[in-house]
Amino acid sequence: MDAGLLAQYVMNGLMVGMMYALVAVGFTLFFGVLDIIQFAHGDVLTVGAFTALLTFVGLHSAGRGSAAVLLAMIIVAIFAMAALGMLIARYLVLPLRTAPALNTLLITLMLGTVLRESVRLFYPQGANPKPFPALLPSNSVSLGNFNLRLDNAILLTAGALMIAGVEFLLNRTKLGLAIRAVAQDQETARTMGINFVAIVLIAFAIGSGLAAFAGIMNGLYYNEINFGMGLYLGIIGFAAAIIGGLGSIYGAILGGFLFAALQTLGTVALPFASAYKDVFAFAVVIIFMAWRPTGLLQEKISERV
Amino acid sequence: MIRALKAATIILAAISCAMVATVEAKDKVKVGFIGPLTGGVSANGLGGRNSVDLAVRLRNADPKSKYEYELVVLDDECKPNVAVQVATKMAAERDIIAAATHYCSSTAIATVDVYHKFGLPVVVWGAVLPDITYRNKYPEIHRVNGTMINQNETNAELVTKLGYKTFAVIYDTTDYGKGHKEYFSAALAKTGGKIVGAFGVGADQQDFTAELTQIKALNPEVIYFGGLTPIGVRIRAQMDKLGIKAVFDGTSGIVSDAYIQGLGPLAEGTLAFREGAPVEKLPGGKFFMERYTVQKYDNPPEAYGAFAYAAMDLILDSIEKVGPDRRKVIDDLANIRNRDSIIGKITFDDHGQNTVSVITKYIVQDGKWVVWEDSEYASGKRKLPRQK
Repeated sequence: MDAGLLAQYVMNGLMVGMMYALVAVGFTLFFGVLDIIQFAHGDVLTVGAFTALLTFVGLHSAGRGSAAVLLAMIIVAIFAMAALGMLIARYLVLPLRTAPALNTLLITLMLGTVLRESVRLFYPQGANPKPFPALLPSNSVSLGNFNLRLDNAILLTAGALMIAGVEFLLNRTKLGLAIRAVAQDQETARTMGINFVAIVLIAFAIGSGLAAFAGIMNGLYYNEINFGMGLYLGIIGFAAAIIGGLGSIYGAILGGFLFAALQTLGTVALPFASAYKDVFAFAVVIIFMAWRPTGLLQEKISERV
Repeated sequence: MIRALKAATIILAAISCAMVATVEAKDKVKVGFIGPLTGGVSANGLGGRNSVDLAVRLRNADPKSKYEYELVVLDDECKPNVAVQVATKMAAERDIIAAATHYCSSTAIATVDVYHKFGLPVVVWGAVLPDITYRNKYPEIHRVNGTMINQNETNAELVTKLGYKTFAVIYDTTDYGKGHKEYFSAALAKTGGKIVGAFGVGADQQDFTAELTQIKALNPEVIYFGGLTPIGVRIRAQMDKLGIKAVFDGTSGIVSDAYIQGLGPLAEGTLAFREGAPVEKLPGGKFFMERYTVQKYDNPPEAYGAFAYAAMDLILDSIEKVGPDRRKVIDDLANIRNRDSIIGKITFDDHGQNTVSVITKYIVQDGKWVVWEDSEYASGKRKLPRQK
């Protein structure tokens, strides 16, 4: 295997891993703050991607330059999904917080189906995959077998910046402190004067905004979106969050890239059975879970006896 | 007196109602349609459903028809497990006399046993896997479109004639994709081409960069794709992202408007093959398109709409002739020889397969599927990638 080929594999893995990491961070945030699994997260990603597409269609007919259009799409999608996330938290998740966690999982799973099928039904010809505009410069430089594209590099950098931004928000701002406080101990945080409901809504907004960004990244990378994209990404994002350790942001990021690496390894190591790369990746995840049930980077929980 | 008048009015009204009812009553007969109405290939399923609906409407509007037909539509979602469920539902309902079924090969092959068990005569309108009619000799199963054997032989012939020697094969891991890989490999072995690598992929896979990176290293001149439009679009787009210069050679699965809409200018120069001929060139094509446009359906008939129409027409003709009885319809369908239809003459062999051997070669030129012989690629004005 020559260096160019290896570099290409690494690049592919990084791109895919970045998207999984963005979704996984959302899952981990929701679990950290409320101890719930929000299974509609993947489908929020889909709705975000389609919102961006709608914005593009709207602006395109008004005729604008491409960088401004891209920025507008990102802003509209992120804010719209943040709003959607807050609505889900306010009306679906918070009312159920005293019920068993399974109920929230089920209800968000159902919501996910509703979101997915709504996209399919209400977006014109929603059942068909939709081309996503290529708004990033597509210059590329070929280094042997490795085709380095400018748009891939931009996406990778943007994804990394987003994750770094979330990490900064969580670890170095007061808001982040409040979120971490609620995640650690809800009762005490409230006693300290932190507005619990507001923090939950903000956490959901952040997670869903990230999902919207991941959806746009997905659209720009594959130049295509379809109504089922969130389901697959949601499952993998969830698995990645679990491997990394639910509740730990770094764990989610690690889990995302790890899963991508496993998938790439699966394709390379089993060339005759590249269709089984997901089987291979998930099998390894199962073994990981048997070895480290709480994930690679466990949340530090101490219980007073 | 008034009571007697009231009674008389009521009796008169009842008699006139009964008379009107008997005059207008044609026996209702149910026929069925199964196709992928949702999911990635829904465009073809909806086109097929509209075409079958058209056939039923035209027959109901015909004063000479003996029965009034009602169409029962079920969605197989192009998933074998769902297909078996809806097929069982349709076959178990004794009122449904016959059905036009399946676009996806994976669903059609999964349901042959169901139709045989319940004795429901079906005519397949879009699935091309040969095993559907040839694996068993079930009298219930018929098919109006051709199989993938001829398609792939024509494919191998053309690409060899164009001078290509090295091929990579990407196929989806359903029976459809695996069938294409098998028959194309066999056909290519006969013409002397070399397959440098074969890669199975999931039918709804999103990311093909790993497989395509390996293919790039193997450097084939042609990438043959045995699968359907949704992943065909993705593979072609990701080929471009990785900077792979090769001919994209597909099958009937990608001959659809959705393929071109999904790719835009990247679709240019894609090869594909399909049994039968484009609608305009079919004997009944003009008639079919005129009637279809009048109905103002939301979706076009797509590649196999005309076959779906022909399948339902055969069924309706059969029911008109022998009556709404499944057994009799099965016996009647077995005897179809040189029957005229909008797709040409239909003859069922002893396995219920229409022995149509016309294969049309297509290439995407300027955003449209153009018949190869009519294209500028055939005449030499344009060249395919890496063509000598």
